[in-house]
Amino acid sequence: MKKILIIGATSAIAEATARLWAQRGEQLFLVGRNAARLDAIAADLRVRGSSKVLTYVMDANDFAAHVPMLDAAEQALGGLDTVLLAHGTLSDQQACQQSVELTLNEITTNALSTVALLTPIANRFEALKRGSIVVISSVAGDRGRQSNYVYGSAKALVTAFTSGLRQRLAKSGVVVLTVKPGFVDTPMTASFKKGPLWATPARVAHDIDRALCKRQGVIYTPAFWCLIMAIIRSIPERLFVRIKL
Amino acid sequence: MTLPVQRLTSWGRVMSSEQAVYHPSSRFDPLPAEARTYLPYGKGRSYGDSCLNPGGVAIKTGALDRYIRFDPASGVLACEAGVSFDEILRLVVPQGWFLPVTPGTRFITLGGAIANDVHGKNHHVAGTFGVHVRNFELLRSDGQRLLCSRELNPEMFAATVGGLGLTGLVTWAEIQLRRIHNPWINTETIRYGSVAEFFELCELSDRDYEYTVAWVDCVGTGQRLGRGLFTRGNHAPAGTSAGRHNAKAHTFPFVPPVSVVNAWTLQAFNSVYYHKQLRRSARQVQHYEPFFYPLDGMLEWNRMYGPRGFYQYQCVLPKAHGQAAITEMLDAVAHSGMGSFLAVLKMCGTISSPGMLSFPLPGVSLALDFPNQGERLQQLFTRLDDIVRAAQGRLYPAKDACMPGELFRAGYPQWQKFAGFVDPGFSSSFWRRVMEEK
Ligand SMILES: Cc1cc2nc3c(=O)[nH]c(=O)nc-3n(C[C@H](O)[C@H](O)[C@H](O)COP(=O)(O)OP(=O)(O)OC[C@H]3O[C@@H](n4cnc5c(N)ncnc54)[C@H](O)[C@@H]3O)c2cc1C
Ligand SMILES: NC(=O)c1ccc[n+]([C@@H]2O[C@H](COP(=O)([O-])OP(=O)(O)OC[C@H]3O[C@@H](n4cnc5c(N)ncnc54)[C@H](OP(=O)(O)O)[C@@H]3O)[C@@H](O)[C@H]2O)c1
Repeated sequence: MKKILIIGATSAIAEATARLWAQRGEQLFLVGRNAARLDAIAADLRVRGSSKVLTYVMDANDFAAHVPMLDAAEQALGGLDTVLLAHGTLSDQQACQQSVELTLNEITTNALSTVALLTPIANRFEALKRGSIVVISSVAGDRGRQSNYVYGSAKALVTAFTSGLRQRLAKSGVVVLTVKPGFVDTPMTASFKKGPLWATPARVAHDIDRALCKRQGVIYTPAFWCLIMAIIRSIPERLFVRIKL
Repeated sequence: MTLPVQRLTSWGRVMSSEQAVYHPSSRFDPLPAEARTYLPYGKGRSYGDSCLNPGGVAIKTGALDRYIRFDPASGVLACEAGVSFDEILRLVVPQGWFLPVTPGTRFITLGGAIANDVHGKNHHVAGTFGVHVRNFELLRSDGQRLLCSRELNPEMFAATVGGLGLTGLVTWAEIQLRRIHNPWINTETIRYGSVAEFFELCELSDRDYEYTVAWVDCVGTGQRLGRGLFTRGNHAPAGTSAGRHNAKAHTFPFVPPVSVVNAWTLQAFNSVYYHKQLRRSARQVQHYEPFFYPLDGMLEWNRMYGPRGFYQYQCVLPKAHGQAAITEMLDAVAHSGMGSFLAVLKMCGTISSPGMLSFPLPGVSLALDFPNQGERLQQLFTRLDDIVRAAQGRLYPAKDACMPGELFRAGYPQWQKFAGFVDPGFSSSFWRRVMEEK
């Protein structure tokens, strides 16, 4: 039975992934901001087969709370095998352009909190010489676009940071998986009109789980986003500044 | 937040509507402040317009899919209203439990099962699904959350079971499951020759068999009128093992330009199907999936009726007039030349339904389906409505798209009482249609 810590456990993608793990009987430590929703998810995961589920209330932007939370998780489960970082907010680009404060807040939530969490987590796993770290970044981090470059640049930081971390931890046998979802139908994107490019959280969860089993480093999910992003990255800058994306 | 707009379709594919869509992501979410009316939408397995609300807001319950608690010792399961019967079965069958009542598809939600107070092949021994609902939470448009059971808010409970989504949003419910030993069903299929023989078989079978139902050949006339295949079954006893079950489903790949179901294919299908078994009676040990859900093996099978879609027509007739009226209806269908492909006869038992608008009553139910053939079909429906009216029967809102308001009100004498429990912030196309004074 694996011992798994999930930060941002009320996220739709995290919950779908947790269900796959629960069905296998894994032990879960769920961290999020909303106690009632965490409890509801924990009850569901117990019915689905998880042998142990605990919840912990924490705001990822409260950096001082990170280490006590990690200690609590390790103590409650008796160690950790896997950590999933799934929290995030989809920034309102227009509003960010008018507010330095909001922009920095979004960068904090989507990038700095992840950096702050990953630093002690990486050190603990490096010392243990095992474990898996899964971080949900985004295709939006592959290239800054005018429609959401605040969010996109925060995810770019996460992508680059986890890339470096993966290199560093490879020699210790620790897996670092960077997950780049495309459009996923979750509460984060509730107000968007959905089309054929949209995936379900269950689909993304399945891809994450499979990549983890195969000890992969980076995945696009669904996989066709690899191609779409290769095209977007290859557009020459001179042309890029003139198109709408 | 502005709600995205989506085109929602019901299962018959005749009706659809552009609606704003609200997707609660947890049962604690409030309903957004809205000037428009709400209507919950589960999996859209209702055939007509009872799950549609043009110009209103659909509350899609797909993300209300969490279990709350399950006690494998007592078989009591509590879960959110968007959990599907398919998911419930996958959880509970391996632990020795089964749904207390199930319709002919497992791709429906718990909320939809309550709102239509669905029935199954065991109605004569188990009653409707609502009989097995212990309690639920109802979220009203004014933000109130009511815990409803036979003891708490009993009238709201009776209005909501079979209440067509009009009394508010069921956020979660607790149900009592039924014990089983394994996933297998001992079945027997008997070829029978007439309407009278169907009623005799019911008399003989309903005491010893938990599940009974008949498929009717709708093309046969005269001597052959009402002939069909009568199926009866019981959950297999402990120790039964019957090999492996292949759970693979196929998908009907596209919408053909015209209905695949037409006068010729119906004629051919009905006679081939009637003669599919040579012996008068055949016994089999079947997995529960093909036994209860033969149509679920073909996903999106409703596409085969082409772009114009199809209608269902399901009535229930009190026992006293049942046999004569069924004979009359089958005769009208056979003579119309618009025979049905999935005609189903079922005896409903005497266990009273808990809902004010629950469909089943003691007697016999006939379900028919017809490719959409415009005016011709509407004429047949008018004829069938007359027979149902004269026999003091009623039509099933879950399947309906056409019934006149007056027929609804005559068939559901508690409609006025029910109307008092309708949430003023909820409405549906069906409700507006049947409440309209002509
Ligand atoms: C192949 C097939 C076979 C069938 N066989 C049978 C049968 O044997 N017996 C039978 O009784 N029915 C049968 N049906 C009909 C089906 O069981 C019902 O229409 C069922 O209610 C559909 O559930 P749904 O989740 O798709 O709900 P929808 O069709 O989406 O909605 C049905 C109604 O429930 C309401 N509703 C949905 N969720 C909630 C909620 N959370 N709170 C309050 N109201 C809610 C909606 O507003 C609507 O009025 C069959 C349907 C098909 C397609
Ligand atoms: N949906 C997409 O299309 C998409 C695409 C690419 C990448 N992603 C990424 O996928 C991840 C999961 O998102 P999702 O799509 O599953 O959306 P979601 O369901 O809205 O989940 C986002 C979660 O982040 C949590 N969160 C936000 N700020 C937090 C904070 N300061 N502290 C703790 N938790 C916080 C939220 O918690 P509350 O419940 O308390 O609000 C929520 O549970 C995110 O990193 C997102 O950026 C999503």
